[in-house]
Amino acid sequence: MIYLFAAYFVLWSITLGYLFVLGGRQRRLEQQLASLSDARAGPAEAAREGAE
Amino acid sequence: MDRWRHTHHSVLWALSAVAIGAALFLVFLVAPREAVMGDVQRIFYFHVPAAWVGYLALFVSFAASLLYLLRRESRWDRLALCSAEIGLVFITQGIITGSFWAKATWGVWWTWEPRLTTSAVLWAIYASYLTLRRAMDEQDRRARVAAVYSILGFVAVPINFMAIRWWRTVHPLVFEGGGSNLSPAMLRVLISSIVAFTLFYLTVLSFRLRLEWAHEQVEQLGYR
Repeated sequence: MIYLFAAYFVLWSITLGYLFVLGGRQRRLEQQLASLSDARAGPAEAAREGAE
Repeated sequence: MDRWRHTHHSVLWALSAVAIGAALFLVFLVAPREAVMGDVQRIFYFHVPAAWVGYLALFVSFAASLLYLLRRESRWDRLALCSAEIGLVFITQGIITGSFWAKATWGVWWTWEPRLTTSAVLWAIYASYLTLRRAMDEQDRRARVAAVYSILGFVAVPINFMAIRWWRTVHPLVFEGGGSNLSPAMLRVLISSIVAFTLFYLTVLSFRLRLEWAHEQVEQLGYR
């Protein structure tokens, strides 16, 4: 019985570990996309203010 | 469109959760206790579906690699990468759960018999595939080399599957001659577990594809 639960535990550890890694990647990508759009919005805003 | 995608992902996650819950219920509470091995035989209901989904994922990667070489569209390269990565996760699960089963029934964690040896080779081939991709920066070249590697590497999948049929081995053979050696009750539980694992694969693949697409957008917008 102990082998059954150990196998079950390892199976879920691998699954959840992988999903955790993917979640981390998603957060990092969201941060990068946000900082890129900020960086792009910066010069455009400055140009608009200059024109005014 | 975004709202539709969000709903589509939520439905997939919900279906997977229900299927996994039902499979766990069947595996632990409904499947009959095997007469010789006892409860440890229930590892089989995780081990076989993990290996099946591993094969399926690697087949998807192989087909997507072929399509990439024929059409040169980045979406096929993306699919090949994502499916190979998930396939490697499932193959790892299959190897580890098999190792627990081996310890309980054969008394050893690992033995170099044909199925286990070809599984180790298969694992190494796809781990190298992911490493190879990371080592190359130029997108087109990376996609081309990875597609060729994935097509060649896929040869290991049918060899791994057939290893217990071609060579003398201690690994059990469940399906042979178009039938199975399982009782109908055990077969039903196995099929439900395979359905749950397959749904979970499709769910994770859909999530992973979305991440890879976002990663490509970040790269194109000038990060790195």
